Amino acid sequence: MYAFGPSMILTLHPSGNVALAERISEISRGDVVILQSPQDPNKLLIKRVIGVEGDCVSFVVDKDESRRTIVVPRGHVWVEGDYTQNSRDSRTFGPLPYGLIQGRVLWRVWPFQDFGPIGPTTT
Amino acid sequence: MGIQNLIWQVTKKAFTGGIIGITISDRFCGVVPVRGDSMSPTFNPQRDSYLDDYVLVDKFCLKDYKFARGDVVVFSSPTHYRERYIKRIVGMPGEWISSSEDVIRVPEGHCWVEGDNRAFSLDSRTFGPIPLGLIRGRVTRVVWPPQRLSKIGG
Repeated sequence: MYAFGPSMILTLHPSGNVALAERISEISRGDVVILQSPQDPNKLLIKRVIGVEGDCVSFVVDKDESRRTIVVPRGHVWVEGDYTQNSRDSRTFGPLPYGLIQGRVLWRVWPFQDFGPIGPTTT
Repeated sequence: MGIQNLIWQVTKKAFTGGIIGITISDRFCGVVPVRGDSMSPTFNPQRDSYLDDYVLVDKFCLKDYKFARGDVVVFSSPTHYRERYIKRIVGMPGEWISSSEDVIRVPEGHCWVEGDNRAFSLDSRTFGPIPLGLIRGRVTRVVWPPQRLSKIGG
């Protein structure tokens, strides 16, 4: 799959990558996932899973710099882009239902200089 | 041997048939049973009948997620993603829904679903509006039992 955009800058290039994704395994904390946007089902986003159901997640609301804490409800996950300054993610649209996740990103195929696995920590 | 050859032929045909069947039911349409009576009397109108209704689910609508108020849809539960529910869309993005105490606006990219049998239905009045991306298909007809064959209007 072809991915572009600024929200995962530390892990993926903003101007384009081709990566391999899989749908078989269970998603856990730290995975980079492809998901359907809850704001538009025709758009696919790539974000990192920060928290799974039951986790307590703390985040800063961009608009007024206040810190909020939320417990991720059952059947949902909390996703954030690696580059939080420019990312539309769970801090905007709330916890994401698990059913919207399309797959887990495994491996970067192109650009070739960075061929290799995409892992649980930002590279 | 003749028997081994026969078994191999049958296996190959079954495997091919299986792949074709799975592709069709994944992308084009499938038949699913309706469990429970949250959509009574549209589906399963008698509480203790032995036969559950089977319905045809169309998946072409998933290309661009164009739905309308009144569509009956199959969707993955927002709280238990492995379970599928069948309910009717009663609110599209931007519309206002009145619930027990207040009026709620359906956010963009979401829809409000309710069962036709409001007293016995677990739906958006409990788990809130659902993202359209959770929808897995639209119900177009009842295909079983034969005496209940019918088209479900929009």
